[in-house]
Amino acid sequence: MVTLNAVLVLGAVIFCIGLFGALSRRNAVGILMSIEIMLNAVNITLVGFASAFVHHGTLGGRLTGQVFAIFIITVAAAEASVALAMIIAIYRRRNTIDVGHINLMRW
Amino acid sequence: MPDLATVAFYVIAVLLVGSALAVVLLRNIVRAALFLALFFGLAAGIYVLLNAEFIAIVQILIYAGAVTVLVLFAIMLTRNAMTSSNANPFAGQWWLAGIICVVLAVGIIYAVGSSTMAIASASAPANLVNAGDAGGSVVRLGQLLYSPFDYSYVLPFEIASIVILVAIVGAIVIGRED
Repeated sequence: MVTLNAVLVLGAVIFCIGLFGALSRRNAVGILMSIEIMLNAVNITLVGFASAFVHHGTLGGRLTGQVFAIFIITVAAAEASVALAMIIAIYRRRNTIDVGHINLMRW
Repeated sequence: MPDLATVAFYVIAVLLVGSALAVVLLRNIVRAALFLALFFGLAAGIYVLLNAEFIAIVQILIYAGAVTVLVLFAIMLTRNAMTSSNANPFAGQWWLAGIICVVLAVGIIYAVGSSTMAIASASAPANLVNAGDAGGSVVRLGQLLYSPFDYSYVLPFEIASIVILVAIVGAIVIGRED
C-alpha cells in the first residue's frame, strides 16, 4: 500500500535533486533540464494529492490536481521552447553557453 | 506481502531518483539528456500507478517526445560551446547549493511527516491503479477541462493555448538568424 506520504516524499526528493542541478550546473542547457525535473516533481505531488483525495468532495474538486498538472505541463513546454531559443541566440552572439560567462547584467 | 502495484511504485521511485541524479551529475551533457528521456518515461509510470492515465500519455507525448528532442537539438546546435571549460560541469559554489538542497529536502520531508493533513490521510492510501475504473478518470478530466455547461476550466484552458501561441511566435523571433 502506497500512502500519500510516500508520494510526497518522492516529489520532495526529486525536486531537491533538480534544484541542486539548477543551482550548480554551468551549462545553460543543463540548467534547463534540471528545471524540467523540478516541474515534474511538482506534477507528481499534485497527481498524488488528486489520487489520495479521490473520494472526497465534488466531481470538480476530485480531479483538480490533475487539471493543474496539465496546465503545468503546458506552461513548461512553452518555457522550454522559449528558453532553448534564447540559449541558441546567446550562443550565436557570445559563442558560449556557460552561465558563469553570461554576466552582462550582473551587479 | 505487498501487492504488485506497491512493488512497482517503489521500484519506479528508486529508478526515478537514480535517473534524476544521473541527469544532474553526469559530465557529458548528451548522456544527461538521454537520462532525462528515461526520467520522463518513469514519471509517466508513476502517473499510471496514481490513476492519472491521461497525464501519463501527455507526459510521454510532450516530455519524452517533444522536450527531449528539443533539448537534444539545442545541445547539437551549441556543440562546442563548453569544450574549453569541460573540466568541471559545476559552478564554484556547488557545495553551497548542495547544503541548500539538503536543508530544503529535510524541511519538506519533516513538514510532510508532521502535517495534520498528511497524518489524517496516511491510513487512506494514495489510490493505486485498480481494474474496476480503468479509463474512468479520462472522461471526467475531459468534462472538467472543456464542459461549457458544468463547472470547468474552459477559460484557463483557452488562456493556456494563447500562452503556447505567444511562446511559439516568441521562440521563432528570438531564435531567428539575421
